[in-house]
Amino acid sequence: MALADARAICPDLATRPADLAREAAALASLRRWASRYAPMVATDGVDGLMADISGVPHLFGGEADLRDDLQAQLERAGLHAASAIAGTRGAAHALARHGGGIVADGRLAEGIGHLPVTALRVDPDTAEALMRVGLSRIADLIHLPRAPLARRFGQGLVLRLDQALGAQPEPVAAEPDPPHFGVRMTLPEPIGQQSDVMAGLARLLDRLCAKLAATHMGARRVRLELRRVDRGTAQVEIGLARPMRDPARIAALFAKGVDKIDSGFGIDALRLTATVTEALAPEQIGGRPAIRHEDALADLLSSVGNRIGFDRVLRLLPATSLIPERSFLLAPAAYSTPEPSPHRTGLKRPITLFPPEPVTAASGTPPASFRWRRMRFTTLRATGPERITPEWWFDDPAWRSGLRDYWRIETQEGPRLWLFVTPQAQSWNGPEAQDWYVQGEFA
Amino acid sequence: MRPDPADPFDLSPRRVHEAEGRGRRAFALFQAARHPGPLVWILPAHVPELPMLRGLPRGVGERLHLFRPVGETDLLWCVEEALRAAPISLVIAEPEKPLSLTAGRRLQLAAEAGHTTGLVLIRQDAGSNATETRWKCEPAASAAADSTLHQWDLNKNKQGTCGRWILNWNGAAAAVDMVSEARQRHEPADTAR
Repeated sequence: MALADARAICPDLATRPADLAREAAALASLRRWASRYAPMVATDGVDGLMADISGVPHLFGGEADLRDDLQAQLERAGLHAASAIAGTRGAAHALARHGGGIVADGRLAEGIGHLPVTALRVDPDTAEALMRVGLSRIADLIHLPRAPLARRFGQGLVLRLDQALGAQPEPVAAEPDPPHFGVRMTLPEPIGQQSDVMAGLARLLDRLCAKLAATHMGARRVRLELRRVDRGTAQVEIGLARPMRDPARIAALFAKGVDKIDSGFGIDALRLTATVTEALAPEQIGGRPAIRHEDALADLLSSVGNRIGFDRVLRLLPATSLIPERSFLLAPAAYSTPEPSPHRTGLKRPITLFPPEPVTAASGTPPASFRWRRMRFTTLRATGPERITPEWWFDDPAWRSGLRDYWRIETQEGPRLWLFVTPQAQSWNGPEAQDWYVQGEFA
Repeated sequence: MRPDPADPFDLSPRRVHEAEGRGRRAFALFQAARHPGPLVWILPAHVPELPMLRGLPRGVGERLHLFRPVGETDLLWCVEEALRAAPISLVIAEPEKPLSLTAGRRLQLAAEAGHTTGLVLIRQDAGSNATETRWKCEPAASAAADSTLHQWDLNKNKQGTCGRWILNWNGAAAAVDMVSEARQRHEPADTAR
């Protein structure tokens, strides 16, 4: 039904756009829950679950009791669902979408014969063609000779029919669960000493790193949760400069955080989770000195990052912009790789760059003398101008004064400065005067 | 050990050195270009002067790591930690306050433990007594258009003599051109033959 028609029937209809991602996530969590009924549960389309319950029903007291239990549990959770049990995947799919129920063993043809052919998972064109020749129910198809049927309606229809009736196998393909990188440990007696916590952490780390190694992953953030006997919890979280699964090196980073924990009346449970993981291929250990140097550098970045914050451990990366401030990026070193700096071409660039600072008492173009940072400078030699125009596609407040003419000014006093003037901006000293700024210092 | 007269600007390894003056950042970059391996530059988070990638000497930009801690304690901790890390070749730090003798000595011990060279860029007269050498670096005006002169004075040297050099460093390479000092001629000039 179209939305306009629905609104015409019911003006107060509340509508909401479908959120396919969240629906898929809900279905995935329902799939995890449904694994209480069967070892193999797979999603079936966007709106169904398919479980292979071979050998399971007697645990619930029979197929009917199992289905009743499932329906009751879903009902209690506020979900309206239809379910069916049949000997084949195709038959269960068809029956669940047309009323639900249970098909007894060996009576598949009778059980789903009364259903329309659209229940067979055939494409709409085939279904329409079947309806046009008067084959509207599955029972009409079962007794027809297969060869003419396949020639007229395609191999797909015959395959679906055979799958529904059990002539063709169709296993339930349950997708593997994503690995969960968490381990925990409960203690018979509470512990309070720092060395005890570190010993427990070492055992947990061994297990966690074995899990990571089995799936070729490395941890980027690791969180340790400690539960105290009075139900309080304490947390220590560390970051790593690069994916890692070496227990000893990760344990060293926890030492500072564990030191600060208040253990209260004692800690009786530990839980260690790798909250962020990245792929890490197996690598040669203890190999060349280059590998050891890289490891040691990553350890330094980890320990510094955990103390002062990973956003303060930076690396300079080149960027493609002529604007001095945007000609390089300050990127967190833990989340970037070094890039070769661009070839030095064109005019010289200063070694330090800072936000523009206005100069005072500037005279002439370029200024023959000026004051900056309470010092008087006399120009010895000026190179320029180099005109840099703002990037109009970015609205940068610093560049609203228009284009800039940069000059390299060598002063009599020694410093070589990078000055610029904004010819398009109105000066504060009068209509013909110009404002000069210092933005960098050369070597 | 006396510095090699052929190359007086080699900082002795496993020690922490100091540089002051307006040209201290240029001196630090000159030393960075001469140290192969990862570099660490530690400067407080509020300092506006950043190294500009396109102006750095060749090969320095991709080796440089920038730590920007908040507060003096964190800064000194970062310096010590970086000095203790073996793969780092040169640590450049810009502390805000004068280093105490204890702090300076700790940095020397860390540099020895980590086989790393340190260079502390200090403000005027804010040096620590524990330093190995202290340089005063000033850019100098030059008469020729294509030379960038620097005057580097070695004011303190625990294991050698002091000195004063005027040199031309173009800001890109790891080598310098010495400029002979203009001085009074005491001996008669050779006569042309």
